[in-house]
Parts: sequence; structure tokens; C-alpha cells
Amino acid sequence: MNLHKHLLRGCAVALAAGAAMGAALAQQSVLRVVPHSNLSILDPIWTTQYMARNHGYMIYDTLFGTDEKGQIKPQMVDTWEVSPDSRLWTFKLRRGLEFHDGRPVTGEDVIASLARWGKRDAMGQKLFTFIARMDSPSPDTFRIFLSEACGIMLDALGKPSSNVPFIMPKRVADTPADKQIEEYVGSGPYVFKRDEFKPGDRAVYTKFAKYVPRKEPPSGSTGGKIAYIERVEWNLALRDAQAQVNALAKGEVDIIEQPAFESYAALTKDASVQIVNSNSLGFQYMVRFNHLHPPFNNPKVRQAAIAAFNQDAFLKAQVGIKEYYKSCPSMFVCGTPYGSTKGSDLIGKSNMKKAQDLLKASGYDGTTVVVMKPTDLASITKLPDVAAQLLRQAGFKVDLQSMDWNTLVGRRAKKDAPAAGGWNIFATSWVSPDVWNPLTNAAIGSAGEKSWFGWPTDAEIEKLRDQFAREIDAGKRKALAEAIQARAFEVGTHAPVGEYFNPAAVKKGVTGMVFGPGNFYWNIKK
Amino acid sequence: MFAFLVKRTLATVPVLLIVAVLVFLLLRLTPGDPAAIIAGDAASPENVAKIRENLGLSKPLVTQFGIWFGNLLAGDLGESYFFKMKVATLIGQRIEPTLALSFCTILIAVLVAVPLGVLAAWRQGGWLDRALMSFSVLGFSIPVFVLGYLLIWLVSLKLGLLPVQGYQRIGDGFGPFIRHLILPSVTLSVVYIALIARVTRASVQDVLSEDYIRTARAKGLPEARVLISHALVNAAVPILTVIGIGIALLIGGVVVTESVYGIPGLGRLTVDAVLARDFPTIQGVILFFSFVYVLINLLVDLSYLLFDPRIRY
Repeated sequence: MNLHKHLLRGCAVALAAGAAMGAALAQQSVLRVVPHSNLSILDPIWTTQYMARNHGYMIYDTLFGTDEKGQIKPQMVDTWEVSPDSRLWTFKLRRGLEFHDGRPVTGEDVIASLARWGKRDAMGQKLFTFIARMDSPSPDTFRIFLSEACGIMLDALGKPSSNVPFIMPKRVADTPADKQIEEYVGSGPYVFKRDEFKPGDRAVYTKFAKYVPRKEPPSGSTGGKIAYIERVEWNLALRDAQAQVNALAKGEVDIIEQPAFESYAALTKDASVQIVNSNSLGFQYMVRFNHLHPPFNNPKVRQAAIAAFNQDAFLKAQVGIKEYYKSCPSMFVCGTPYGSTKGSDLIGKSNMKKAQDLLKASGYDGTTVVVMKPTDLASITKLPDVAAQLLRQAGFKVDLQSMDWNTLVGRRAKKDAPAAGGWNIFATSWVSPDVWNPLTNAAIGSAGEKSWFGWPTDAEIEKLRDQFAREIDAGKRKALAEAIQARAFEVGTHAPVGEYFNPAAVKKGVTGMVFGPGNFYWNIKK
Repeated sequence: MFAFLVKRTLATVPVLLIVAVLVFLLLRLTPGDPAAIIAGDAASPENVAKIRENLGLSKPLVTQFGIWFGNLLAGDLGESYFFKMKVATLIGQRIEPTLALSFCTILIAVLVAVPLGVLAAWRQGGWLDRALMSFSVLGFSIPVFVLGYLLIWLVSLKLGLLPVQGYQRIGDGFGPFIRHLILPSVTLSVVYIALIARVTRASVQDVLSEDYIRTARAKGLPEARVLISHALVNAAVPILTVIGIGIALLIGGVVVTESVYGIPGLGRLTVDAVLARDFPTIQGVILFFSFVYVLINLLVDLSYLLFDPRIRY
């Protein structure tokens, strides 16, 4: 009888222990992330949306990457050679690279992927103006033949933000560039679980056991991408800021990628939560003018507005937490290779008196300025209010119009006059790599109606950008970037209105966050 | 009865047709460009134009409508611009959480509100009646999100009894399914308890003054039987109407609750689709909602037959 009881008790204890262990293991192998937005488009070449880029980093790999200091490092590429005239680049792929479907990664896959990316991405398009042809003499080698030498090859192949030149199987990369891909097979550290993807609910990634990581430690999008976690789940339904904080406090999620600024007060008080700023270069806020219509078709009026834009005012209102923002007059992000104060006096030493004087001298006739304000995008919603107030103080007549972000996105593409449904000003934000050099920075481009929304025209800027793309010498490239910035401030292409950080909130016990310009989910342990 | 059913079913056709045309036109006339949204912030105007062309948005409005309506007649609601998924699949993915939440909410509301309403009518002017009226005012006044956050704070964060967010499919186990539904259902049910209880009270109160109630009491029937079999059954028609409207509203409009509790339901899908200008999804979802409204109204009308023998169709 006693033996019977002991056996039963022993079994019960064993079962309970087994269940607890199983639960613990299951708990350990799943990382639950609340991403900064919804994942709607799964083709990171078709769109520049950051969520598609982050999805791309989970499942694809890149030829080169950018480390946390902004340096380009090889990733899928093992070795490469450049011919003495810098017109032939030969790249050898690392051994053992394999797609999730078991096929090896070959030079043909790389060529097809680069060709598709080169049709969509602005820097890719620029690179392809130099490319005469590409070939793959053997499965692990590909060559790029240039019509003339250029200095942007590695910057372009290793660019860390949208659009990232992810490598896809040739059959997928052969999809026309203006159509979305329908198969999501990469060679990255995680496999996308298409069958578990529910838009607006969750996206699931599982570890790719055959991924061959590099030996170097992880840094940015480079180094060893080791997946210690078996399964990563993106919670796409949890978008209410307070609900995110509650879920983290209760341990139902492990990481909030970009908490609302208002949430940090509660998060920092929670002993079970750590704040991790893995993107030390942060983001840049920007105010964009429409160069096609009065009053901002006049460079003097644009200069008056830039002089009025006190960066601290924008940052205090929008971010509000002193340690998470900084003033920076550079168009190319402070602390990066091209970050500089050259020509930035207007924004660097902004003052209202100067703005008022400049506006008076410009001959401004009192034309109403339409400022578009997105009410549903918490990360930038206060910027237009500040811009409107500062412009009014400078002497502008302002019409601040509220709308949702996607209405703004549609409206900013319109070239009509502001009174006919167009616009004069909008504000936005960029992750640093998107604006840290004269070619990735869309707002600098000044090719008229072919440029980014706002459509500035300036032949000198375009000439300097072209020289920058061709220049191989690093010192001369730096000087060219400074000259481009000085000219852009003179022309008034746009106004950088400060930089900020949006650190992740991470449950204590989650370690190994990768530092660099993006959101990366390898190397993490739980 | 059969003629009524046929007539009502046929009447849904023009309703859905008008809804289809109106939704299609309204979406195209409101500002916003799906192509620009899809392309992302850094896209060039040229890329945006290519995407617009690719989605068929550069075609004349009449042609776009013809294509969409032709597919609709063939039973195809179209494909989402964003998700590369059929709209019917998207609705299918989201319908379970919404139906589960609606069912639980209305179940709690009916189980609490109807007895409370009957008791309040029975003891008109008493403490229960006054308490119920006060609760009704509170239930109508308190915003759903405030109540939601308060319940999460108390029940989940302080007492640790229930999860703070999320939804578990019933196929993954009944326990987790119901644990995730309790808080959102209770949050949502408060306003419906207030509404149904008030209507029940008023309706039963009217019936209690009827002669046949006095006769039933004079015959010596137990008070419970008088209240339930004689009063409540005869007062059922307005109560059923309110419950029917409640179900329809719940299926189409629980966006705030879904947001606070991170539930991937139809309300959230609708808001996401509207914000993204995902025209095929918005059109599909609204047609689906219209169909649900029509169906529920029909079921409510039919349910009258069960409670009021004087009604004939």
C-alpha cells in the first residue's frame, strides 16, 4: 500500500517536473517581439517600409553589411578583388551558403537579386549607371564589370537600410521589379513560417539550422548571425502603447522594439525591464518644403523658415526626454563619416530675429503655408505643430491641416498647388543610414520632378552628387559631402530638425541584443 | 413564412448592391493613395507611379468597378493590395476572434441584464431598481478603454489572474481560449448590460401593468412564474431587438477593445485596411458586415415568432 502511494507520488513529481521542464524549455526557445509597426508587405525590394526591411533581415542574407560604427564589412562574401583600373570587381562567396529550400547560393542568384534591387533602390539605380555587365564564372563567384570606376560599390552592396540588397534565389529574384514576390525563401538565419503568418496578428520565424554564421562577433548587419532562439514571434496585434507596456510587465512579450516616448516613465520604473538603445546612431527628424509652389519656390523664403526652426523646440515637444535626443545641424547625421557642420549656420544658430529679417528681405507676400500634420503617427505628430508655431512667429501665415499619415503620404505625391489639394510642408523621420550620405539621403536629391517629394531642382547639387558617386578617395568623398551639404543649406532643400533615439524595452534575462543601425534578432539569448 | 423568407432574401440583393457601389465610389473619392503607402517613405515618385499602374489604379473608374464587380459576381472578393492574400482568407482569419468575443459578450450581457431588468421592474422604485439605474448610467458613461485598462491593472497586473492581451484560437485548447476572452468580454459587456437591463426593465414594467398579469396573480400562480412565463415572454420582442442590434454592432465595431487587448479581429482589420487604403479589403469587409446586418435582422424578425404568436409573416 505504502509502496503504491510512493510510486504514485513519485510519478506525480516526475510528471510535474517534466511538465515544468518542458514548459521552461518551451519558454526559453521562443522570443516574443512587439515590432514598431504592422508587417503588411513581405517584399523588401518592392517597398522601402522599415517593417519589410526588418522581415528581410530575418530571412535573407546580404553580400556585405554595416557594423555598429558604420563600417562596411563582408557578410556572404568571403573575399573580393578589384582590378588595377577599379573597373572589374570579383567576389567569392563563403562556402556552405544555402537557401532554406536546400539549394546552394550561387553567383547566378546574386546577379539576379542585384539586378532586381538595382531597379528599385535609389542607390542601386545609381550603382547600375556604372555597371556594364555582371557574370558568374563559377557557382561561388560573381563579377561586376563597370563602364567606369566608381566609389560606391561597397557602400551600395552593404547599405543597411531600405532597400537592402538582400540575396534571393534566382527564380524569385527574376520576378519583375514592379511586382511583389510570392515566395519567401532566403539564406538568412531564420525561416519565415508562411503558414503561420497572419497579417495584423503575428509573423513567425524559426531557426535555420543549416545557416553558416561568420566567425566574427555580431555588429550591426555584419558578423556571426547565430540564432540561439528556436522561434521568434512578432506580435502584430499589440499596437496600443499602454497594452504593450502591460504585456511586457506581465512577461507576455520579451521586447518592445520602439515604445512610445510616453511609456518610458512606466518602463524605467519596472525592475523587470531594461532599456536598451541598440541603435546608437538613432533617427533624424526632417521638415520638407515643396519647391514647386509659392512661397517655398523662393530659396530666400526657405532659408527664412530654416532659420526659424529651432531644433530644441522640435525635440522637446516630440521626444521630451533629454537623454533621448540631441540637436545636430548636419544633414548626414552627427557622428557618422559624413556628419559635418559645414554650411549649417542657419539651422545651427537659428534665431527668430534672423528668420524675420530673411522673410522680409525675401519679398514674401503673405501666401498661406499649408502644413500637413499626421494625427495617427505618434513618433512625428507634434513636429508640424512646432513648425507651424515657429513659422507664425517668423511672420508666415500658416494653415495647419490634420490628417492620417496615409492621407499625407498620398497627398505629398501630388504636385498640385496647395489650394488645389497640394501642400507646402510636411515632417518625417528617418533611420540614420537612410540619410547618412549624399546618395542615400533622398531629400538631398535635386533633379526636379524626378526627385523625392518636394521636387527641388539644383544642377550644382546633382553635379556634386555625381562626383561623389565616382570618387574613390575617402578624403575627397568627405570634402564632396561637405560641399553638397553646404549647397543644400544654401538652396534650402529641407531642414534637419534634430536627432533622437527610441530605445527598446527588453525583459531582464533577455541578452545579446545586436547593436547597429536596425532591428536584428540574432545572437539573442533568453 | 416561406414567402416572407424569399422576399427578405431577395431584398438583401439591392441593399448589398447599393452598399457595393457606394463603398467603391467613396473609397476612390476620398484622399489617399495606396500606391504611395505601399512604396514606403523613401520611394521615388517614379516607383509610386509604377505600383499604381500595377495595381490597376490608373485605369478609368468605370473599368476598375467593372473588374471588381465581375469578380464579385463570381464569388471573388479580390486580393489585398498589401498582403497578397485573398480578402475572403483575411476575413476568415479574423472572424473567429470577433465571433468569439461577440458571443461571449452578449452571453454575459444577457445572463446578467435580463434577470436584473426583470427584478428591477418587479421591485420598481426599490433599492435594486435604483442601483440598476445608477449602474446603467455608469455603464453608458464609462469609456470602454478606461474600463479595459482598469480591469487589466486589477485582474491581470495586480492579481495576476488572467492574461493582459492576446487571443488563443479555440483549436489550441478551450482553457487558454476562455482565459484570453474573459477580460475583453467583461469590458465590452458592461455597456450592453446597461442597455439590455434598461430595455428589459421598461418592457417588463409595461407588461406588469396588464390585466392578464393581475389575472395570473389572482389565480395564485407563483410570482416567479408570473414574471418569467407571463411578463418576460410577452416583453421579449423589444429585448430581442436590442440583443440583435447588439450582436450586429459587436461584430462590426469592437475596434477599441481589440486594440486594448491586442485581439486580431475584424474591427482591427477594418481600421488597418482603411488607414492603408487597401481598397479590396475595405470593400470586402464592408460587404461582409452588410450581409451580417441583414442576416441578423432577419433572424431577429424570425425569433419574434417564437415569443409572440400574434405575429405572422
